[in-house]
Amino acid sequence: MSRRLRLYLPADAAAIAVGAEHVAAALRAAGAARGITLDLVRTGTRGMVWLEPLLEVESAEGRIGFGPMRPADAEGVLAAILDGGTHAKALGPVEEIPFLRDQTRLVFARCGITNPLSPEDYAAHGGWKGLARAKSLGAAATVEEIVASGLRGRGGAGFPTGIKWRTAAAAAESPKYIVCNADEGDSGTFADRMVMEGDPFLLIEGMAIAGFAVGASHGYIYIRSEYPHAVTAMREAIRVAAREGALDGFALEVRVGAGAYVCGEETSLLDSLEGKRGMVRAKPPLPAIQGLWGKPTVINNVISLASVPWIMAEGAGAYQGFGLGRSRGTMPVQLAGNVRHGGLYECAFGVTLGDLVERVGAGTASGRPVRAVQVGGPLGAYFPPALFDTPFDYEAFAARDGLIGHGGVVIFDDTVDMARQARFAMEFCGLESCGKCTPCRIGSVRGVEVIDRLLAGVRPEAQRELLTDLCHTMKYGSLCALGGFTPYPVMSALTHFPEDFVPRAGARMAAE
Amino acid sequence: MAEYERWSEARTNAIIAEHAGEPGAILPILHALQEVFGHVPVEAEPLVAAALNLSRAEVHGIVTFYHDFRRHAPGRHVLRLCRAEACQAAGGDALATEVRRRHGIDWHATTPDGALTLEPVFCLGLCACAPAAMLDGQVLGRLDEATLDEALGGARERAA
Repeated sequence: MSRRLRLYLPADAAAIAVGAEHVAAALRAAGAARGITLDLVRTGTRGMVWLEPLLEVESAEGRIGFGPMRPADAEGVLAAILDGGTHAKALGPVEEIPFLRDQTRLVFARCGITNPLSPEDYAAHGGWKGLARAKSLGAAATVEEIVASGLRGRGGAGFPTGIKWRTAAAAAESPKYIVCNADEGDSGTFADRMVMEGDPFLLIEGMAIAGFAVGASHGYIYIRSEYPHAVTAMREAIRVAAREGALDGFALEVRVGAGAYVCGEETSLLDSLEGKRGMVRAKPPLPAIQGLWGKPTVINNVISLASVPWIMAEGAGAYQGFGLGRSRGTMPVQLAGNVRHGGLYECAFGVTLGDLVERVGAGTASGRPVRAVQVGGPLGAYFPPALFDTPFDYEAFAARDGLIGHGGVVIFDDTVDMARQARFAMEFCGLESCGKCTPCRIGSVRGVEVIDRLLAGVRPEAQRELLTDLCHTMKYGSLCALGGFTPYPVMSALTHFPEDFVPRAGARMAAE
Repeated sequence: MAEYERWSEARTNAIIAEHAGEPGAILPILHALQEVFGHVPVEAEPLVAAALNLSRAEVHGIVTFYHDFRRHAPGRHVLRLCRAEACQAAGGDALATEVRRRHGIDWHATTPDGALTLEPVFCLGLCACAPAAMLDGQVLGRLDEATLDEALGGARERAA
């Protein structure tokens, strides 16, 4: 009888992108050569992306890791596991790696550990407890539990989730809908993708609780087309959950976006779901009162909904125990770009930006000094190291003309050209504007032109003034966050890095 | 590498009929058309309009609003290279410049031999292993000129 060996290897898109499938094939071949049958469990990722592909094996001290794996390491690592001995890629017990050990994993408690599509794994690791407690409390008490938890929308706006639920619950019209905003378009963010690929039943449970709480029997998950692995995982998980009878009549459906960044804005997403151009709607009416097809709709981000099962299982008070000020609970911070230890770090609010960049992220991958950090995606401000004492908290970032958005932190070294980043912000806004309001549609195009003239040395002082004025108009005159927040990266670059906004050789021709 | 069918009215109507009953059916229909034909041909627009009781102008407006939908069939391989900030921070711009130079094409263009179409994409959620790309639907991370070249070479070989 051949010996069996169980190993764990992520099938998360990030792991696949850095060769997990090749590593899996090499491991199987190496196992076969030794007469071993491998039971290779494909998990989500732990979020330590710099160590991917990260192979794990059970041991007396918990799971032991090896990474980042290359196909050529397969034989040696297998030998180290089976015969004892060490290997250059050995990392020791995975949960003792400081990046993972120092986290507070509430939402990502299971991610990277379980088989994402195994309902048995999900239940064995605490799944469905939140839904069960919600059912025992009743719908109204469930809504109040979420209000009391202080959970705020993790998509970026930070609006209290419980208030959205209360409004939709109180609406008289029916049917009602639960819509999950999985149009995670911010560069530097991948938390939604990690949940959908690594723990899809968690999102399903969160949506089922929302449906129960507000009286909705149908839910949609709108996933961006750039996430094909997440689309596949969610569709399969919905099929499995329905087969297991876990949804109790709640119907869930995945819809796929089509490459429009603005559809991450909730009203634009609703228009897109309805089969229209993704145009932003004026509010009021609030989606909670008149949302999808004019019916009361709760629209929440993936992480907001994925936070709900923990809150319901452990209680609002326990969740309130984490955080700072009006930012309660945990936030999955995503460290990206030019960073040595890139990945997802879930922690209570309050950690400083500098701690995240320097201690957790261990600085830049290039080894050069950090010059700028963009927090909150393409609409977030660029902060210099002088602002690294800012605590990760909605209000603290707002007080410094920034935002935490969906928790993305993109690190740049000292080779970055901040005028170019500001220009890109305007260009991106122009490319992605839905076109409904003038400040965004036209302001973004004019913004690119003004920056080009500034860099060309065409009356630079006047251009600087014009750019500031334009940003003011966009900020206060736009219908949604796309036009309204594009001034954050532009103005922060101009304010904190004025030395980059000087006329340069060769720019004049392009501007004229 | 994807094999696309030649556009046909009958096939288009069959695809439309599969989804027409769903609420908000147009995006699922357009995705399905692009999967089969590699693009959403302008000839399909009146058929979609008739099935969904929309005007041709509305359908045209929807097709052109979303970046995903191509108006022409792509080359045998499609490289979607991320142009967003996290990839910029990790050398994505230089990589994009090199790809465009080496293959002699700009964004949204196809090489004259029909082998490669280059498309920009704004974030694949692979920001902690940047720069990232998607080649014929396969995700790629920690790219540099050498690894991207290797992937492109491998794709061409598989097609040969």
